Amino acid sequence: MLSIIIFSALAIVAVVSGIAVFRVDSMARATYALAVSFVAVGVMLLMFDLDYIGVITILMMVMEMAIMAIYMIMFMGMNPALMPMSMVHNNRWSAILATGTFLLLAGGAVLVPWPARSGSVGTEDLTMALGEALMGSKMLVMLTVSPILFATIVAALVLANPRGRYDRWGDNLQRATPDDPQQGGLGK
Amino acid sequence: MTLQLVLVVAAALFCVGLYGALSQQVIVMVMMGLELMLNGVILAVGAFWWFLAPNPDGLLLLLVVIAAMTVEMAMGFAIATLLHRSKETDMTDMATELSG
Repeated sequence: MLSIIIFSALAIVAVVSGIAVFRVDSMARATYALAVSFVAVGVMLLMFDLDYIGVITILMMVMEMAIMAIYMIMFMGMNPALMPMSMVHNNRWSAILATGTFLLLAGGAVLVPWPARSGSVGTEDLTMALGEALMGSKMLVMLTVSPILFATIVAALVLANPRGRYDRWGDNLQRATPDDPQQGGLGK
Repeated sequence: MTLQLVLVVAAALFCVGLYGALSQQVIVMVMMGLELMLNGVILAVGAFWWFLAPNPDGLLLLLVVIAAMTVEMAMGFAIATLLHRSKETDMTDMATELSG
């Protein structure tokens, strides 16, 4: 009974703060609201004995929201905590589509005769078991995720880099000296 | 606590995020909507694992979803940086073409 009460309270916090992300009148507050929603979901995962996943969800998302706040200050050109804003398009149809999707998903969740809970977590260390699965029988998952993450690092650097080698040496990379705003440096 | 209750909460989170991803104009806010959708997916997968198949192999799907969140965040920030540099904008409506 206590777990239902705690879960319900966390669920209300998660959903209400999720709604607040798009209702509050500044982007900084929206960032904090999203962080609260993620922390609530992380605690729910802890209730499912998912210690490792719950903790990394909380840590990762809190850090991500901090980075988002920095981006807003960088790009919005204002103090985002003080500027009221409402920048939406197609608001009505977005709300209709989201409501319809919720009715569909919630209807499926309620109406499907889910089987009773089977099995139990047991006494083994889940984090160690997950690590052994990743490095053993389920290594294909790691082999797939790893190059995707590496490609993400390369792609993000290429996109975010203000002056790549084509900017410095030209299209055919044959120029003897790069076209830099400041001369000097290694090899010049 | 039942699986139905958790799935309804996860569906609510997913759909709030869907509303945000469709309706917001600022790129970072669109990313917040996508994050909220994945937040609901994480909760639903965690609930499925707990109620239906509580063995370590089921957790791999959660790790894949978290990795997808990481990729979405990194690429979103990189594209936001590129757009701000090339077009001086942070709005999706002003970034309908990505050339230049």
